[in-house]
Amino acid sequence: MMHANEFHSLVYSFTFYFFGLVAIASALAFVTRKSPVAAAIWLVNVMFSLAALYVMLDAQFIGAMQVLVYTGAIMVLFLFVIMLLNLGHPSELADARGKWGYVLALFVGLVMLAEVMALTRDNTVDRMIPPGLAATAAAPTTGGIIGPIAAPLFTEYLFAFELTSVLLLAAIVGAVVLGKRRTDAR
Amino acid sequence: MLVESLALSAVLFTIGVIGVLTRRNAIIIFMCVELMLNAVNLSFVALSKLHGAAGQVFVVFTMTVAAAEAAVGLAIIIAIFRHTQTVNLQNINILKG
Repeated sequence: MMHANEFHSLVYSFTFYFFGLVAIASALAFVTRKSPVAAAIWLVNVMFSLAALYVMLDAQFIGAMQVLVYTGAIMVLFLFVIMLLNLGHPSELADARGKWGYVLALFVGLVMLAEVMALTRDNTVDRMIPPGLAATAAAPTTGGIIGPIAAPLFTEYLFAFELTSVLLLAAIVGAVVLGKRRTDAR
Repeated sequence: MLVESLALSAVLFTIGVIGVLTRRNAIIIFMCVELMLNAVNLSFVALSKLHGAAGQVFVVFTMTVAAAEAAVGLAIIIAIFRHTQTVNLQNINILKG
């Protein structure tokens, strides 16, 4: 008879690996699709899987934000622009780069894969963790799920938070100016 | 699950880089950049389990920057499309010397 705790951790690992593999498979499908709409839908799939992983990593608020902001707002914006541009049939959009692009991509991919291997070997990550840190972070926090995020956001990082509003204002103005059709005939 | 998360984050980032290097459609390259931002967010969230909630605060900032970047970038792509009637980067080379 399996222990309840053990069963729970098994289910957790299975779900984690499931969403991780779905994310990788969707990302591979995303970079290989010719049609921008199909690519966007696969990217939405990646982002949903990542939202599930965020929830599993005890970041429920970030998971909700991921669904709302990324898959809800940003990807809809992408799809809207794709629809607006009316790029034509996917067969006319053969957009892969030449031989050197693939060689460069293969090289970068191999280097980064080697870095992942180095990361996961010999518990490199576990040795990088400062001693005593895990105990403080694992301690139960007050204020529910959002409290631990909101408190530093509005105290320690208040200046950065206010700067973000300036950035958003600049982005709004910039997007409107860039997207505006020139009516003055010069 | 920390090592697995970081490995997944690295793999997703690599796929994003490969997409940027091998595609020519400006919109798809832009979406690859979003994928890379998402991969970095996963690292932040995974490490915030050890280092406290500051990582999640940074994810909030990253999402804001990504939203602003998407709005401005797509506006630029629309402006380029109006000029050249294409989003294929092979045909957009007016800055090439």
